[in-house]
Amino acid sequence: MSGTVIERVAPRTGPAAPEVPIIELRNVSRRFEKRLDVVGRLARRLGAPVREEVVHAVDRVDLAIREGEVVGLVGESGCGKSTLGRMVAGILPPSDGMVLRHGADIRSLGGAAAREAKLRTQMIFQDPYASLNPRLKVQDIVGEAPMVHGLVSRAGLPDYVDEQLRRAGLDPGFKRRYPHQFSGGQRQRIGIARALAVKPDMLVCDEAVAALDVSIQAQILNLFMKLRRELGLTYLFISHDLSVVEHLSDRVVIMYLGRVVEEAPAAEVFARANHPYTQSLLASVPRIEARRRAFTVVQGEIPSPLNPPTGCHFHPRCPHAMPRCKVEVPALKTVAPGHRSACHLNDAAA
Amino acid sequence: MTPTLEVRNLRTHFFTRAGVVKAVDDVSFAVERGRVLGLVGESGSGKTVTGFSIIGLVDPPGRIAGGRILFQGTDLTTLSEEAMRDLRGNRIAMIFQDPMMTLNPVLRIDTQMVETVLAHRRTTREEARRIARDALGQVGIPSPEERLHAYPHQFSGGMRQRVAIAIALLHKPDLIIADEPTTALDVTIQGQILAEAQKLCAESGTAMIWITHDLSVVAGLADDIAVMYAGRVVEQGPVDEVLDAPLHPYTLGLIGSVPSRNRRGAPLRQIPGMTPSLLNLPEGCAFRARCPRATDACAAVQPMITEHRPGRFARCIHPHLEAAEAA
Repeated sequence: MSGTVIERVAPRTGPAAPEVPIIELRNVSRRFEKRLDVVGRLARRLGAPVREEVVHAVDRVDLAIREGEVVGLVGESGCGKSTLGRMVAGILPPSDGMVLRHGADIRSLGGAAAREAKLRTQMIFQDPYASLNPRLKVQDIVGEAPMVHGLVSRAGLPDYVDEQLRRAGLDPGFKRRYPHQFSGGQRQRIGIARALAVKPDMLVCDEAVAALDVSIQAQILNLFMKLRRELGLTYLFISHDLSVVEHLSDRVVIMYLGRVVEEAPAAEVFARANHPYTQSLLASVPRIEARRRAFTVVQGEIPSPLNPPTGCHFHPRCPHAMPRCKVEVPALKTVAPGHRSACHLNDAAA
Repeated sequence: MTPTLEVRNLRTHFFTRAGVVKAVDDVSFAVERGRVLGLVGESGSGKTVTGFSIIGLVDPPGRIAGGRILFQGTDLTTLSEEAMRDLRGNRIAMIFQDPMMTLNPVLRIDTQMVETVLAHRRTTREEARRIARDALGQVGIPSPEERLHAYPHQFSGGMRQRVAIAIALLHKPDLIIADEPTTALDVTIQGQILAEAQKLCAESGTAMIWITHDLSVVAGLADDIAVMYAGRVVEQGPVDEVLDAPLHPYTLGLIGSVPSRNRRGAPLRQIPGMTPSLLNLPEGCAFRARCPRATDACAAVQPMITEHRPGRFARCIHPHLEAAEAA
């Protein structure tokens, strides 16, 4: 096999490392409410049992990301992984709980410090076309933010933009073109150059390679790993694709309907998944090594987040569900060093 | 025994103002009863247009410019539109990536399904309804009787795809063309659909073409595999042999790009560059600009698809024969 293995950042866990995480979420929730319209309000006043619809997109999540770490966030549609990513990136405030950056509550930061905190976390989106202004040239897309925030002088801007484009693997000769003149993979590189132009120390990648062809996906993943090595970036890598997450991440967090159900070092999750949902997710993933296999089937649909099941959200689909699972929400408990899981089975075993 | 479907030297070209786009250019393969052919390729490789050509859904400015499509011995390219309509949805069915391509959003599920049954079978509405209900049950839709009254928007994405599959199954077709039907679905739902597809082929002897960009899905589902690049099949053979000992450098690169085929954390083996535009493809091998084995000879002639060993075809003048021997 060719190529060099990336030097892994030494795991800094345990009591010997009293290090402040780059980002920490404490008991963070995010609700989306659909207000009643006029008819609904009127009906309620007349005594009809109508209520505002509330989606608990993210429900009491704790998460700490250490500096230089790559955390993979995995889950299916509607599990709240994108909402969580947006809160980490600071573009969506939480309904409850605290987001700490280097130990400081970002809501308590004022003026310049708040802006700085926001700039230092950048986001890469799934659809590189929807996230680029079609009427701006690439040089303006990449150069606007550093110019506005005073990271570069007007005279230094052209060289600065060239450097960002080169680092993202684009030919600076194309900087006077518009986004539609690029292929999907190149557009994703423009998005990466734009994010890096404001000198972030953390990237939140929300399904950043999901829309790309396999061979292009490999190119972009390699770029992310190169940037991590060169710039010491920290990543929150959100994906539904377990094989991508397995390849890239140091630690994996698995969400189901707004809650974290399992969290562990990457190798540990793929070798010894604890939560029944994680296990069934892993069993459903097609693998190139597995030929003409019988696909194992997880029963049922993903429930609507508008009306999630009581107790453990996974109990209607879980092969091991007990009466307790219907009523009591399982807490996220440590099952092995660095490995936490939210399942009542772990109590039964103990 | 004649295969259910045999495609010979198919050419589907689009005659645009900017020039001729050879979306499908000299494609040949066969699918036998009860077997699954995985048709693999990246965006623009021509895999979907191949599927559309077989079922006769290529719209102008595109048309079949050459070749034969033999379905149970009949050449579909010579059939009248009327005869084709008789086969489509009846003996040959297609499942699309987006189930809303199949479903009419303003009609109830039962209306659409009964209509499909009556289009090809003389029977009563009650009988047609019963057939529709059974088909929904067969693809794992809970309480099919009630769900018949629902509209497409009342179903989740996975359930909608099941309805589309149920419609494809109504007449127990001999051939199903599935165009990326699980790409938009979640992993656990994809697992359920793949299990249904497997069961169907095994039980009813339906031949299936599964079009996808995902090698991992093909690995688990298909018996044979055909890899397309820039409108041409570049490699073809039984799934194990193609995936374990690929002959064409493109197939090798594609397999190398799959994350699980790489050491964790190590750089992924990547194919440099990007797929060429199908407009004005240069002479010679279309992959040569991205190929580590390319020589001057690759620019001179378009390589022919050649049987390098029994059942193993590749369109390359420098195939990885040494790897195939080692395996």
